[in-house]
Amino acid sequence: MKNKGLYVLLLPGVVFLTLFLVIPIVMTIASTFFQEGSFTVQGYLTFLTDPYNLKIVWTTLRVSFVTTIVCILLGFPASYYISKLGPRKKGILLALAIFPLLTSSVVRSFSWMIILGKKGLLNSSLLSIGLIEKPLEILYTPTAMMIGMIHLFLPLIIITLVGVMENIDPDLLKAAESLGASKFTAFRQVILPLSMPGLIIGSILVFVGSLTAYTTPALLGGKQGVISTFLYQNAITLNDWHMASVIATIMIVITFVVIGLMNKIAKKLNPKG
Amino acid sequence: MQEKNYGLALFTLLVFVFLLGPLIIISFTSFEPGTVLRFPPEGFSWRWYENIFEVKMFMKTFGTSMFVSLAGNLLALLLGVPAAYALSRFQFKGKGALNAIFISPVLIPGIVMGFAMLKYVIITYNLPIYAGLLIGHTVIMLPFIIRVVASSLSNFDFAIEEAALSLGAGRIETFFKVVLPNIRSGIIAAILIAFLESFNNVDISVFMTGPGVSTLPIQMLTYVENNFDPTIAALSVLLMIITAIFMFVIERLMGLSYFTKR
Repeated sequence: MKNKGLYVLLLPGVVFLTLFLVIPIVMTIASTFFQEGSFTVQGYLTFLTDPYNLKIVWTTLRVSFVTTIVCILLGFPASYYISKLGPRKKGILLALAIFPLLTSSVVRSFSWMIILGKKGLLNSSLLSIGLIEKPLEILYTPTAMMIGMIHLFLPLIIITLVGVMENIDPDLLKAAESLGASKFTAFRQVILPLSMPGLIIGSILVFVGSLTAYTTPALLGGKQGVISTFLYQNAITLNDWHMASVIATIMIVITFVVIGLMNKIAKKLNPKG
Repeated sequence: MQEKNYGLALFTLLVFVFLLGPLIIISFTSFEPGTVLRFPPEGFSWRWYENIFEVKMFMKTFGTSMFVSLAGNLLALLLGVPAAYALSRFQFKGKGALNAIFISPVLIPGIVMGFAMLKYVIITYNLPIYAGLLIGHTVIMLPFIIRVVASSLSNFDFAIEEAALSLGAGRIETFFKVVLPNIRSGIIAAILIAFLESFNNVDISVFMTGPGVSTLPIQMLTYVENNFDPTIAALSVLLMIITAIFMFVIERLMGLSYFTKR
């Protein structure tokens, strides 16, 4: 009786996801190993031996890496400050961080087109104060993508870190200081290790998010492709579905490897879980 | 000590200027009376707001987006609420695996899901694009519904349900009369969060376009590729107002702790 009830509750969702997500994904992965009915890894060889493709992978990794590092450098101090505030101020700042996160990525990327464009706000300001002679070419470069993605993902790391940091007992810091630790040592020995889980989860979210983001590179990256725009281009523009499936598989593998690796690091740093 | 705190406060202020500045700039440019996007605008006018309503494709794709997000939301609720209830209420074999399946749409890159769905849902299963769009959006909303509903169920005392059952109420009656009213605000918050997730989605929708079918964000992307007038800025302001209202309601319903918890 109880088992039957469980089936009724869970089966519709499981069937739906199996049919419309699990099977399409598994079949997409499987399809990369078959061409004209026989087993092959030619798609992967073709992908990995073309310097153009490797450059795209390299750009993607580089942009994601820089985005993650800058998000940590900007997000960590800001989160620490927010976590120490009273509930009212903390609430307001958290709301201000969550708002951009809920705002359409098209809107957010577009706002950087206004700022970074050739006649954009940044260039016209720099020109008018005479800091530069001719407009900087930022829009449609990896730098523009990085700026857009830092803007996209910074709130994510802030809210994750604040969530962890606000649970750190302030007495721990006082105890460390009363035992003779300097402010810096106390921060390094108490706050940093206790924030580590948040920092790692936040970094996974930012890194994986940057690796797979589509809208921001599509709007700000111009011809400079990343792996997600390359997948779209192969599937829709070039109609090369075999290559698109190969890229899709590579993206899944990279995503799971990154998540797995960071989870492993998290476990090592925090064996108690 | 004070000095260091001032430094940190200033740093935090600059971080927020970076986060919110672009959104403020885009809002100003939407009132531009001329035809070129610029900051500061040359004056004040509503003309680009009026223009939104004159671009037929914006109206049409707004309708599609609304339908897909609302109908998909309903579907995701019908599939997700029972699942969230079962996963929170009962212990059983294979629970971990089921949890993983229900959370998987968050782990798989959106652009990969979109492509795989185009390949199988549209081509192999031979469903119309509109149906594919609806299915895709249901898939991405499901984990949000399940997560938010499960989190409000975790605060629910199932002893109350046991009491109702032992007093002779049926299982289904108990769910609707006892459990559901207790997690109502969680469910409304889940609907709003899932709606925003779907309404703003690009990764799935970008593959699910066809003759006469497209969503608002995709139409905006197409528009930006060909035009650089302030219409998108005006539309952005309207979308931000909707987002702000949604966020306010979510905050009232369950606080913002949902977002900071991982």
